[in-house]
Amino acid sequence: MPNLLTDGGRQLLLGNEAIVRGLIEAGTGFASTYPGTPSSEIGNILEKLSSDIGMYFEFSSNEKVALEVSAAAASSGVRSFVFMKHVGLNVAADPMMTLAYSGVRGGMLILTADDPSAHSSQNEQDNRYYSQLSLLPMVEPSDPSDAKDMVKEAYAISEKLQLPVIFRTTTRMNHARGIVSFGSKADIKTKGYFDKDVSRFVNIPAFAKQNRKILLGKNSAALELSESSSLNRIEGDGDIGIITSGVSYTYAKEFIRNASVLKLGFTNPVPEKKIAGFVRTKKYVIVIEELDPYLEDQVLRICAQNRIDVPVYGKRSGHLPRAWEYSPDTLRSLGGIADVQSFPEPMRPAEIKLPSRPPTLCAGCPHRGMYAAVKKAVGKRDVVYCSDIGCYTLGVQPPFNTADFIICMGGGAGAAGGFDASTDQKAIAFMGDSTFFHAGIPPLVNAVFNNHKIILVILDNRTTAMTGHQPNPGTGREFGGIHTAPVDIEKLVKGTGVEFVRTVDPYKIRECAGVFSEALDYDGVAVVISKCPCPLELKKRKLLVPGYCEIDGSRCNLCGTCLKTVACPALSKKDGKIAADPSQCIGCGMCASVCPRNAIEVKK
Amino acid sequence: MKYSIQIVGVGGQGVLLASMVLGNAAMSMGYDVSMSEVHGMAQRGGSVLSTVRFGDGVCSPLEAVGSADLILGFEPVETCRNLSLGNKNTAIVMNLDPVLPSMVAAGFEEYPDIEILKKEILSRNSNLITVDATGIALKAGKAVAANAVMIGAMAAVKGFPISKEALFEALIAQVPEKFRELNTKAFEMGYEAVRRRRHTPQTFFKKNTERRRPSVWGKLNR
Repeated sequence: MPNLLTDGGRQLLLGNEAIVRGLIEAGTGFASTYPGTPSSEIGNILEKLSSDIGMYFEFSSNEKVALEVSAAAASSGVRSFVFMKHVGLNVAADPMMTLAYSGVRGGMLILTADDPSAHSSQNEQDNRYYSQLSLLPMVEPSDPSDAKDMVKEAYAISEKLQLPVIFRTTTRMNHARGIVSFGSKADIKTKGYFDKDVSRFVNIPAFAKQNRKILLGKNSAALELSESSSLNRIEGDGDIGIITSGVSYTYAKEFIRNASVLKLGFTNPVPEKKIAGFVRTKKYVIVIEELDPYLEDQVLRICAQNRIDVPVYGKRSGHLPRAWEYSPDTLRSLGGIADVQSFPEPMRPAEIKLPSRPPTLCAGCPHRGMYAAVKKAVGKRDVVYCSDIGCYTLGVQPPFNTADFIICMGGGAGAAGGFDASTDQKAIAFMGDSTFFHAGIPPLVNAVFNNHKIILVILDNRTTAMTGHQPNPGTGREFGGIHTAPVDIEKLVKGTGVEFVRTVDPYKIRECAGVFSEALDYDGVAVVISKCPCPLELKKRKLLVPGYCEIDGSRCNLCGTCLKTVACPALSKKDGKIAADPSQCIGCGMCASVCPRNAIEVKK
Repeated sequence: MKYSIQIVGVGGQGVLLASMVLGNAAMSMGYDVSMSEVHGMAQRGGSVLSTVRFGDGVCSPLEAVGSADLILGFEPVETCRNLSLGNKNTAIVMNLDPVLPSMVAAGFEEYPDIEILKKEILSRNSNLITVDATGIALKAGKAVAANAVMIGAMAAVKGFPISKEALFEALIAQVPEKFRELNTKAFEMGYEAVRRRRHTPQTFFKKNTERRRPSVWGKLNR
């Protein structure tokens, strides 16, 4: 782990680490997030370091709240930073759109970490359009070193315009590693004062109409800043022009020769005069950007407005794809119009059948137990499994197949209500503890309000596991000198008026199946809370009580029930024997609880 | 000079640690470095890939397919899955110890015979160096040191541009104090295992050699 607190020198940093160093050098006093890949490491680092940095940091209950708390800090004159994954900005878009009307006083950055190729996401939306929708300025770094420097630049833009700035990254920036030169730490201001200004901060219709005009004025001022910004620069000469931003710049710079490159770092508003001047001197230009033709369409518009008759190649001309992230390979399709470096002939792929290796629920994962229990209780009934965003999404794989419908955080429970009202199928929703606090409470209340007879299974593993084990309201907070008690899920659910509420231990699969059968027969909203801590989290905190399962070969008749129902990766069948791998097995006893011949013993 | 390494393996095998060691060692030798890592969902027991690129003017974190100078394979099937990352001249260092995917462990899919995997590679590339990293690590003291064995093995690859000393320093800086002795031993043993073989060339796959029948694929040759 690099040391982000020392001044000077050079270190090899992950993009997300470089961003944290940028915050330290910019004197950011307030940060908030809801964890989401590829931005999660920023939060994990701040959880550890915020006290040493002297910054206030929180994991908020969702992205909307995260943006609101940071908005308040910046409106009080404290430099703030809110960060999230791309789909998180959908959740936070509501406050962002009107915050643009009010603006801020201290600098504020809104980081959106987009995920081209959807490595760990449900879509690959291009959030650059949010900058045009909200009229907020936007910057896009290309690599870790760029990102660190751009944090400071973005705060300067934000304070000059009194507007939040969108800081747009992608997976190959957040999870790239490069050499970063350290400057010095800045003084940090963590407390401000909120000077009231009703016409600015209270957007009732009469004021909103005026603030819209103020925002358009700031947008014109932003355009002037963009025209003169060093973040938008031309490199190299030649009559072939390349316009690019983000990580695509690194591919163009390293693998295309004999071209002049306009690297755009300040990408909303784009520098219109600079682009027009650049294009005018070229035989043609190629726009290289991932996902949608955000820059390309603006270049085409600028050419049309300025009567520049220079061909613009890119996605609209069919030279480059609109789907999936780019790599040096993407440039091969530009062979006819650019001097692209040639690459060696790759080896033929293996022709023998290789076993698949998708990500999977861990050995001893309590979600396995709950899924096995639900499957057993449901039997042949016609049900729709509405799942959600988290490790438990992996239940989509065999042998569980417990995901029929997934859209977004909290979306499964909402949809379950709709399936209940519009079909005769029984709707079962799965949701993690962190997801429940994020967006699960309104759909539960909706089910109660409209009498949707759904079953909501809250998979409470006492952490936000998928993104790297962040705390959530259900665990309480224990960092940065602030200690809070956990919010009790069962009491909260009962408070909404749900009468069927049961908390179960998913390691006891038969008992869980019994409770779930009752839930299936219950005439009303039923909530089952599967409560068991994530073993990975316990391992990290050195709280896991070691144990292992031993299979008695004289009793085991190789029926395979354990393999087929729990499918724990610690279990394997080889040489005519079923065995538990002691290096993986944690001794949870899920397999023992389903064994029809009691052949498995848990040893501590 | 530019050099690209693709590290492939399974989440939890130490692919990220190895890439950090390589990146830091390259930086200490004064090279530009650009790397790409896999975090998040894929780490849950899935296939992982890290790219480490260094040299003059390197800035792209990704490499084109076919362009790897070296493939460091922590796991045999993962190495075979990613052959297209390299070309016929790529150096391939492969650990022989398999990590069984869950569907194989449960008996739903089969893991190919190691000899067949080796032949699959050798029919495309004659630079394969196999290392019994887990076996060597056990001799050094503990199976977890397998990644130190692999890093040591790589240091002995002919023409590898990072010095053995720089790699060793970077490795030791990454491991906790109490594991330094173990990792030092494992690194040296990995280095020696490959250096010795440089003087006694392996028998390479012959084009007409008959392939083993599929019926033996399920048995692991450990």
